[in-house]
Amino acid sequence: MKTITMDHGSGGKLTHNLIKNMFFKHMGNDILDRCDDSAKLDMEKGKIAFTTDSFVIKPLFFPGGDIGKLAICGTVNDLAVSGAIPKYITCGFILEEGFSETELEKIVGSMGKWAKHANVKIVAGDTKVVEKHNADGIFINTSGIGIIDKNISLGIDKIKSGNKVIVSGTLGDHGISVLSKREGIKFDTTLESDCAPLNFMIREMLSYTNGVLFMRDPTRGGLATTLNEITAESGMGIIIEEKTIPVKEEVRSACELLGMDPLYIANEGKVIIISEAPAAERIVDLLKIHKLGQDAAVIGEVTSVNPGKVYLRTKYGGEYIMDMLTGEQLPRIC
Amino acid sequence: MCWAVPGRMIEIDGTTGIVELSGVKKDIALDLLSDVSIGDYVLVHAGYAIKKVDEERAKFTINFFKGFKKDA
Amino acid sequence: MLRYLDEYRDADVCKKIAEKIRCISTKPFNIMEVCGGHTMAIRKNGIHSLVGENINLISGPGCPVCVTSIRDIDRVLKLAEAKDVVICSFGDMMNVPGSDTSLSEARALGAEVKTVYSVNDVLAFAKKDPGKRFIFISIGFETTAPLTAAAIIRAREEKILNFNVLALNKTMPKAIKAVLGAEDCNIDALLGPGHVSTITGINMYKPVVYDMGISCCISGFEPMDLLRSIFVLTDLFEKDRIEIVNAYERVVCDEGNLKALKIMETVFEPVTSEWRGLGDIEGSGLKIRNEYSDFDAENFFDIEVPETKEISGCICGEILRGTKTPENCSLFGSICTPLSPKGACMVSSEGTCAAWYKYAR
Repeated sequence: MKTITMDHGSGGKLTHNLIKNMFFKHMGNDILDRCDDSAKLDMEKGKIAFTTDSFVIKPLFFPGGDIGKLAICGTVNDLAVSGAIPKYITCGFILEEGFSETELEKIVGSMGKWAKHANVKIVAGDTKVVEKHNADGIFINTSGIGIIDKNISLGIDKIKSGNKVIVSGTLGDHGISVLSKREGIKFDTTLESDCAPLNFMIREMLSYTNGVLFMRDPTRGGLATTLNEITAESGMGIIIEEKTIPVKEEVRSACELLGMDPLYIANEGKVIIISEAPAAERIVDLLKIHKLGQDAAVIGEVTSVNPGKVYLRTKYGGEYIMDMLTGEQLPRIC
Repeated sequence: MCWAVPGRMIEIDGTTGIVELSGVKKDIALDLLSDVSIGDYVLVHAGYAIKKVDEERAKFTINFFKGFKKDA
Repeated sequence: MLRYLDEYRDADVCKKIAEKIRCISTKPFNIMEVCGGHTMAIRKNGIHSLVGENINLISGPGCPVCVTSIRDIDRVLKLAEAKDVVICSFGDMMNVPGSDTSLSEARALGAEVKTVYSVNDVLAFAKKDPGKRFIFISIGFETTAPLTAAAIIRAREEKILNFNVLALNKTMPKAIKAVLGAEDCNIDALLGPGHVSTITGINMYKPVVYDMGISCCISGFEPMDLLRSIFVLTDLFEKDRIEIVNAYERVVCDEGNLKALKIMETVFEPVTSEWRGLGDIEGSGLKIRNEYSDFDAENFFDIEVPETKEISGCICGEILRGTKTPENCSLFGSICTPLSPKGACMVSSEGTCAAWYKYAR
């Protein structure tokens, strides 16, 4: 089995061969192929959105995706939910000595494929190799640039009492599908990660409505954690209705089995939208046109009561505070 | 305490088996039960089946609640 | 649909049962839900707010994480320091603080700690890696102890000698008696622990019911189960009748799971155990018998640690006995929160204070 060695990170011949025969092969485009020290980009006038993220997921390959797909989609989505059109991505790799070249090629190939799919160019990159045991296989860091449409103005300060909370689809799919492959928990499911680029769906939706005030993607910590971020930053309260929240049957089953809560489980292909109340149903309809938004639903509303807190109303009429996730959610016996 | 959920036995191989809950399948240990058959529902706790669901007695429970459904 | 779960989650039926409870309840009535799982289910579904002003639902000591003493946590952490040892624990225990630190902090500092879903996973790890000693931290009541016992028996059969157990299991009957026998106890009825009862059967409640004159209704965990049990207990209380009722009949029978009980008794024997918040209770813990000492972690490691003290102001003992509520505690919600738990009732998400913090604020 061919593996990555310290020499691949030395900057010498092996490094250049790796870049040319693997990275450029799968990710190449007119900008990257120039091999400049910095990518020189033509940008339209106006505001840009600029984001960064790092990816350390285990296992590297999971139903519906891999760390490479996650890196591209995660970055694209951070830009898209800010109201920007994603354009350019950079990626830095830290590889552990001994990492399989075959696995690396699969990951790089996946990144190239999904970048094309999302219509973004990977314009710069870097590769370092560290000694065995100093990294866990592969770590990927990305940054992303997008152009903000001057007609779109989103912001946490726009959120007001009476606004509606919308989610673009079923919750918990990604986290549960990854967990199903994790050592010590393994279970069989047909569930796949929902990892996907949301930029086209969001762009189209925004072109047909002015009612969107704010968006965020509910990744780590799930819906509950992200809603808590929104209430903390906006100073408003949010109440959500349990019976309206879309959750796949298999996610429900897995959570019952393991004693976990789907509202705290990571998603990688969903967006939370805060909208003006009259526009909410139309936004749901617009999302539903797309394959990625088929299960969109209005799940709650913004309130001025209980500022900074997220409440859940159960179908039995009780209400309770949904706090932010305090640590890692683990399967429990009690 | 004691998080446990009912699952349906779909495979049995000596003291191990596989339960299914609405599409999710998990291997579990059957050391604590005898006389389990495919199709039985068992209560699963921390990777073990701890009791068979008594489907006859479950009907009794449902009937109790039916009384409440009729009480309009 | 999730069979044997979803049928018991009908909101309309719940509303009707709750209405009936409010209708028949005429006087103050204190029900202790023994089991931490019941506390969670009640609070999460808002059951406590549906049953009317007269009925108080009070959490009891049935949360195995909560009642594990600080001293026992410290003993686990001392084990984690040993060479070539892998500590395997349920997720519930990872963030519980001892006097100084927790398992997740110990892992961050280099200790080998794995979270597991099942003791079976530990057997698999031990088989795969014979060079290390895999120690399972066994907590839980009668629902969980038989699993550890079965794993020890399997380890012997398959000669998995690098599989060890630190037995911290506890049993319910003596603890329930200790709580109900306390001078300041004002519990009128018991919501019996559903899953413990699948193993033990119903007989262990007879002394409680007949000697103490307190009814007990064994309950399931779904909203309809809980409301049914509360209705049954309220009805008995209003009629001045004392009874044991099995309202979880689909999985609980009179004799329990005899096979599981036998396996448990083969491997474990009763011992005095320290319950955080309640003190030492004779015959309420489980110790691995001599015949299985080759799997007992205490045989291989010296894990004696100094005595520990609870923080001043902590009233967990009274909360566990049902004589005070979290709101009576000066530390609740300020110094003592789920992020920095100072007492037994806050350390686990199903402890009384943690459940109140999350669901009843």
